[in-house]
Amino acid sequence: MSNAHERVEKNVGLMIVLTLIAVSFGGLAEIVPLFWQKATTEPLESLEPYTALEMEGRDIYIREGCHVCHTQMVRPLRAETERYGAYSVAGEDVWEHPFLWGSKRTGPDLARVGLRPITDQWHREHLRDPRQVVPESNMPAYPWLQENLVDWRDTERTLRLFKDTFGVPYTDQDIAEQLNKIEGEWADATEEDALVAYLLSLGQERKEVAQ
Amino acid sequence: MSDFWSWFIIIIVAINLLGCAGLLLWNNQISPEEAAKETTGHSFDGIQERNAPLPRWWLFLFIGTLIFACVYLVLYPGLGKYQGLLNWSSTLQYEKEVALVARQTDPLFEQFAKVPVDELIEYPEALAVGGRLFANNCAICHGSDARGAKGYPNLADDDWLYGGEPKQIIASIAQGRTGMMPPMAAAIGNTDKAVRDMAIYVQSLSRPNLAKDADKAAAIERAKPKFAVCAACHGQDGKGIQAMGAPNLTDTTWLYGPRLEDIETTIREGRKGEMPKHENLLTEEKIHVIATYVYSLSNKPAP
Repeated sequence: MSNAHERVEKNVGLMIVLTLIAVSFGGLAEIVPLFWQKATTEPLESLEPYTALEMEGRDIYIREGCHVCHTQMVRPLRAETERYGAYSVAGEDVWEHPFLWGSKRTGPDLARVGLRPITDQWHREHLRDPRQVVPESNMPAYPWLQENLVDWRDTERTLRLFKDTFGVPYTDQDIAEQLNKIEGEWADATEEDALVAYLLSLGQERKEVAQ
Repeated sequence: MSDFWSWFIIIIVAINLLGCAGLLLWNNQISPEEAAKETTGHSFDGIQERNAPLPRWWLFLFIGTLIFACVYLVLYPGLGKYQGLLNWSSTLQYEKEVALVARQTDPLFEQFAKVPVDELIEYPEALAVGGRLFANNCAICHGSDARGAKGYPNLADDDWLYGGEPKQIIASIAQGRTGMMPPMAAAIGNTDKAVRDMAIYVQSLSRPNLAKDADKAAAIERAKPKFAVCAACHGQDGKGIQAMGAPNLTDTTWLYGPRLEDIETTIREGRKGEMPKHENLLTEEKIHVIATYVYSLSNKPAP
């Protein structure tokens, strides 16, 4: 009996199997059941799919690395809800691929930024030169966004991917409407337009809770 | 959570705990003859591994963690659907925290709300609270020192677009304000020269010395009759009309900059300044305290 561990220690294959079993316990108990919970798999009723412009804005948000300094995750702590708005729930991120919760809070959380009383003009001035409006800010400036036009080449594929693979309820008609807008009112949209549209959309699904 | 997943979690947690306990007991048991040996028999490069039982302090610590886990699982949620004796949840804890702070601060805000703004500026506590609320809600545009930025009014001076009386400040915060200057180039001649002349004239309203320069004096003379179209909002004398939020052009406060280029852009493209309304975001009492803070920046309490 006392030498049974010797068998484990001298047999690497067996040791790997036993180690895997041991480390899988936490994941099995804490993560696996979440794949079958309504709270984590069903979108909030108030959740709206992104428009094509917001979707492109989201891609620019990722490209510029906004999520490296800004989280999108309000924790259920009074200090945070007082500052940002209603705390985050799983149901608002069901259609987020990849999710943009972030982990480093250099800048303020942006999960509810669309509900803040900030005008679209403020966002533009702030993106072009943050210190123009917030002198103590250490955010970099993104002046090129106002000049670059949105690259619409992959937008239809993106929308279809979110529809077919991730279950976002776009109908073919929705997508056709979005494509019409890309040809029409958004034909000359800049990356700044797209990013601001995305920022202003953040938190709208929790508008009722916030007020 | 369904019963299946609840039991799934309970069983995994139980196996985990029992497994740890079993592993510990198993490794702690050795036969007397095994224990009597001086070494384990392992020898590496002449170094022998001594045979010693698990250290007691370590063993008791391990048993302690097992006991802690059991107590924790009884008190807190961890076993599937079981909520724990303390009935703790992060949402409940959050709600309690919010309720606790509300119990502490609501009477304070009620008390502040009874005092008119021009008297409340003598309460340092109200100003401290107002300052924090300002930092959280207003500083993003007006700056943490309330001195504003280009396009966002300075609230710390005594120049007001919409009036600096307590009532007017409260109205600005609660209902918001929209200041709109239309593009005016077409109305004054639509040439670069006409725009430049008008910009010089506007500058001269606060800097009469400019007229000493002959070129500028000529520009001022050319622009002066055209100022009639501006007077509809800014007044014939250029002193502005507070009810419309039309700025006074004869002082040295410039919302969009004092340079000729800035003024020309304003004339050519117009300006739109929007103060969003806050009545849905902040309670009346909080707006009252913020207004007090803003009012205090330009009205010092009587000594």
